[in-house]
Amino acid sequence: MILLLIILFTVTPPTAVQVKDLPNDDGGKILITWQRAPEPEIIGYRVLRQEQNSEEWETLAFVGRLANRYIDDEAKNYLPYRYQIIACTDTTAVPSEPSGFVSAVPHWFDTSTLPAFIGTIILSLIFIYFINRAQRDKNLFIRRIAGLDAVEEALGRATEMGRATLYVPGLSSMADVATIASLNILGEVAKKTAKFGTPLIVPTSDPIVYTVAREVVKESYTAAGRPDAFHQDIVFFVTDQQFAFAAAVDGIMTREKPATNFLIGMFWAESLILAETGAATGAIQIAGTDAIAQLPFFITACDYTLIGEELYAASAYISREPLLLGAIKGQDYSKALITFLIIIFTVMALVFNLPVKNWF
Amino acid sequence: MKRRIPLMIVLITGIFGAVAFFVPHPAIRSADELMRNDVQRIITAFSLVLGVGSIVQHHLLKIKRHAQFWPYSYITIIALLITAIIGVFGGIDVTKPGILPTRIASFSFHIQTIYSNMMVPLAATMFSLLAFFMSSAAYRAFRARNLEATLLLLSAFILMLGAVPLGRAIHKQLPAFAEWILAVPNTASKRGILFGVELGIFATSLKIILGIERGWLGGGK
Repeated sequence: MILLLIILFTVTPPTAVQVKDLPNDDGGKILITWQRAPEPEIIGYRVLRQEQNSEEWETLAFVGRLANRYIDDEAKNYLPYRYQIIACTDTTAVPSEPSGFVSAVPHWFDTSTLPAFIGTIILSLIFIYFINRAQRDKNLFIRRIAGLDAVEEALGRATEMGRATLYVPGLSSMADVATIASLNILGEVAKKTAKFGTPLIVPTSDPIVYTVAREVVKESYTAAGRPDAFHQDIVFFVTDQQFAFAAAVDGIMTREKPATNFLIGMFWAESLILAETGAATGAIQIAGTDAIAQLPFFITACDYTLIGEELYAASAYISREPLLLGAIKGQDYSKALITFLIIIFTVMALVFNLPVKNWF
Repeated sequence: MKRRIPLMIVLITGIFGAVAFFVPHPAIRSADELMRNDVQRIITAFSLVLGVGSIVQHHLLKIKRHAQFWPYSYITIIALLITAIIGVFGGIDVTKPGILPTRIASFSFHIQTIYSNMMVPLAATMFSLLAFFMSSAAYRAFRARNLEATLLLLSAFILMLGAVPLGRAIHKQLPAFAEWILAVPNTASKRGILFGVELGIFATSLKIILGIERGWLGGGK
């Protein structure tokens, strides 16, 4: 009778306990997998770990009955460990065979980023090719961007009216590429305002952006041969508070009544507040952002809007620097390549039912 | 030399930032985090001093020149000074008092109180203006001046109808059609723009790392 009870309540141990260093990580992690025991009375599994050259087993965790994997994220790099899984019921605990020894190792390449890596290489090569080509072929054709063609006209208008030009480089920090692109455009705009003798107002909302913008404008005035026209008050820091900044810029728009407003960079909810106030003062407005949610507001309230990629093409387009124009060409060809690949893979997925999405 | 050093820093940190995306090794990741967090924080702290200096200089100049509405510059400078003094010496709130008395009977004017009772309502006031600006912008956008504006008006009309019970009353498929406009043509256009944006970011980053784009340095060779 006792023997029969023992047989009835015997639990099979977890089998196929496998351990391996977690791939693509920064080290310190070991993946343990096992095959669950079939008995329904199992309430969970205890995961034990033993260091090489040590007799002691330490309990790492107790996981639920449906678990069949555990990541040990407290392993020391290069130190061999082995693991044991114990199937537990209310009354019994049945250990598996100990696994083999394995060490955690930090990796030098994350293989899950391989498609991104290949894409980066291909795109870089396309860009470098067109930048080199631009050095040889000075008459590279670049499609027309209406918003940028209007820059000269807008600045000319401000000069004729004897009013200032307002340039807002967005509300983001220098970590945002849109802000960097905006400051590149500011450099070109400042060269023209220096040449025309138009007053320039540049309020900023980030201290680092303020510092860089001031240097950009200063250098541009020097490059335009008007270092005397530059004064510290052209670029100034206002506040990093979103709506306080919007209020301050609205105030500048209504008081100074600039003839031209540039709203170029990263904007959030304040975009329409700024653009509508500018429109109410009768200024020509050129906006540019890669914030998709703000684009409709700018398109509605401004005369010209640089949509997405045009923002990044702007400084090259205005300066007509051949090397920079080559990058725009590279940008266009890369876009064509990506569009072509999307069409090809979509057709492949639809017609041949290939699991294309698993390739990326 | 004035240009070469910043260009070298950009080249090294730019390549390092790109490499850190592909390499999970702690030697690279920790250095990357150090640059992104610690170094950036230190630079921001220093630049804040320049920022405050800029505000003060800007408004002092206005006062000196008696520029238009110059008395308001006094308000800005006084507000800046009071807030800074309370913020530095007056403690954060009632539970964390500072060395300055920032309480009169039950009325406290700690930095947190000032922020919650002045900055937040003022910001909310500016934000609420958005509703009025939206109406005026919508009026301008929805005038059917050309084909694009007519399409915009039409799709906005369908979307608005699809979002209210009246839309279902007109046709039971109208809400689904409105949803389709949002999910398919709208999303497709947004993704198209995003592709361009990402490529633009890539191109700009590459130009800056390689030192071709020098607009941020004020241009020049």
